[in-house]
Amino acid sequence: MSATVETRDTVETLTADKYKYGFTTDIAMEEFPKGLNEDIVRLISAKKNEPDWLLAWRLKAFALWRKLEEPAWAHITHPPISYDELYYYAAPSGPAPKSLEEVDPALLDMYEKLGIPLNERAALAGVAVDAVFDSVSVATTFRETLAKAGVIFCPISEAVREHPELVRKYLGSVVPIGDNFFAALNAAVFSDGSFVYIPKGVRCPMELSTYFRINARNTGQFERTLIIADEGASVSYLEGCTAPQRDENQLHAAVVELVALDEAKIKYSTVQNWYPGDAEGKGGIYNFVTKRGACRGRNSKISWTQVETGSAITWKYPSCVLQGDGSVGEFYSVALTHNHQQADTGTKMVHIGRNTTSTIISKGISAGHSNNTYRGLVKIMPNASGARNYTQCDSLLIGDQCGAHTVPYIESRNASAKVEHEATTSKIAEDQLFYCRSRGLSEEDAVGLIVNGFCKDVLKELPMEFAVEAQKLLAVSLEGSVG
Amino acid sequence: MLEIKNLSARIGDKDILRGVTLSVPDGEIHAIMGPNGAGKSTLSYVLSGREGYEVTGGEVIYNGQDILALTPEARAAAGMFLAFQYPVELPGVGNANFLRTALNAVRRARGEAELDAVAFLKLARAALKNLSMQDDMLKRNVNVGFSGGEKKRNEVLQMALLQPGLAILDETDSGLDIDALKIVAEGVNALRSPAFSALVITHYQRLLDYIVPDKVHVLAAGRIVRSGGPELALELEAHGYAGLEVA
Repeated sequence: MSATVETRDTVETLTADKYKYGFTTDIAMEEFPKGLNEDIVRLISAKKNEPDWLLAWRLKAFALWRKLEEPAWAHITHPPISYDELYYYAAPSGPAPKSLEEVDPALLDMYEKLGIPLNERAALAGVAVDAVFDSVSVATTFRETLAKAGVIFCPISEAVREHPELVRKYLGSVVPIGDNFFAALNAAVFSDGSFVYIPKGVRCPMELSTYFRINARNTGQFERTLIIADEGASVSYLEGCTAPQRDENQLHAAVVELVALDEAKIKYSTVQNWYPGDAEGKGGIYNFVTKRGACRGRNSKISWTQVETGSAITWKYPSCVLQGDGSVGEFYSVALTHNHQQADTGTKMVHIGRNTTSTIISKGISAGHSNNTYRGLVKIMPNASGARNYTQCDSLLIGDQCGAHTVPYIESRNASAKVEHEATTSKIAEDQLFYCRSRGLSEEDAVGLIVNGFCKDVLKELPMEFAVEAQKLLAVSLEGSVG
Repeated sequence: MLEIKNLSARIGDKDILRGVTLSVPDGEIHAIMGPNGAGKSTLSYVLSGREGYEVTGGEVIYNGQDILALTPEARAAAGMFLAFQYPVELPGVGNANFLRTALNAVRRARGEAELDAVAFLKLARAALKNLSMQDDMLKRNVNVGFSGGEKKRNEVLQMALLQPGLAILDETDSGLDIDALKIVAEGVNALRSPAFSALVITHYQRLLDYIVPDKVHVLAAGRIVRSGGPELALELEAHGYAGLEVA
């Protein structure tokens, strides 16, 4: 039935914290029974009319997941997650919309409010958006424009039906189903996400982006993104994330796989602003994400840029497997934690091909009672002659109740490799704050300015439109961190 | 008009200022001279509101307002400006961005319209030209990699843009060669007007050849021990500070 819908702003905008995306949207939802078992996996697969091979793939992943344990090595603590108390599928009820005109106006309003207009006339020029709401993709814009260039940009559930040969070839080829506990869980129950294919020699004519929104209560979000850049192709992709403000923790366990063939380039940028919990550490998203890119072809390049300000817990290591000779991996990261947030994030650069190069620039900012860990692995395999890595990890502390930790691992099995690592830890100095304030800046503006300066090397890697947004986000996320 | 009345202050349990009394009428430039350890820098920090300095007595009235209760940023909005002895580096923060943020913060506090990037650049370029400075000053990070002279010139540039009613120059001449000294002095002289006053804190007389003060005060052991006209600076230059503490 088509729901009578109204969007209701349930956020008390006057609450102490400034998370402005914390509202919920009232919309009729279809949810599967809570808990996880084979029947739920079958139900999700059936709901999406999936082919048998995919159901078998999911069931295999589910069987693997049951044997795996949550990883315990990260520098984070949280009460046990009750996987049986979660809902694994939630979607607006009714048949899936076939075009933007059929999308529930309440959803369009919600995205408008988040600053992501889905109406193509109002949309940010040059950016195509796939909007994922809880478990399903609700709209993808500019599909026709992209189709003219041969670019496929659609919900992954649709790609399974429309482009099975591509999905079957690449799904799970970068992050295998049994890769880790959360990746296995995702493989078993993923419900939607984005799919991108850029054909040979095509430079994607616009920025692609996916906007993830968790709305339903007690629901996990398990999206799966697969991006393939064929030979000589290039694409820039951005994801953004928000969630309502709730007292319970919510689980987000996504998988992102990137494949770059010969001479292909993928730039993947993330602005992660899931609800971080309140000042006492109540609520917030548990963000356990596996992101990995394979530079399969020679001279291919994968570049990850992330600005992580949200989530109660961030556990995430966007990595590059540099298989092709001359391939390039990059990781630019800003991770900001405040109040009781915990972040354990970094990257893995695995050099397999010859003359492969990687660059890691990580900026961690800790405030309040938070803990912020950089964890990185640079691995040079025996055949990776001439491999080079440069790593720079800088930590900035605000206040004296927070922690910054740097855990770099370097494994080199080729004597010709060059690996450099630089690390610094600093505090915002009192004289810097006083200098700014004596020029008329408030203490918070001064901190924002100094933090943005600290992150400049990473922020300049973001697409222009989002760099400004990210700067504001950093300042807002630090409100109340000084004084 | 700045009036300092019997101002005492300490750092930790060490008394530094022991009853400073001084007034600077609008339109006048006063110099404060004194030996090392007399409390010159402490006076400038107490006037501009730096944390860590405890005011134990007295008041500071600027334009009729007791400013000791104000935050540093509120004092800046009220028209006060401190040119630092050691300007601070802000890595990654572009000078233009810093200057515009500061200028707009002050303009906002004064109820004036903020400047957009274009209007700001026009203003900043004009100020640079007046001070014989290069445009690339705006592109560099705040004071990072600046020579001593460049840092001081950057202070003067900020002062020219923020248009304070009262400038406090804390040993702005230290570490400057004679050409840089002249540029800094010209920057201050250019602001001279009936609505502008300044406290020029210096150890040496040489800056006062270029910024001619209306009055000279000698600060020693936390008190003003002598006041006089510009000739007092010359006398100090000839005879030194010896014996002034007890005068």
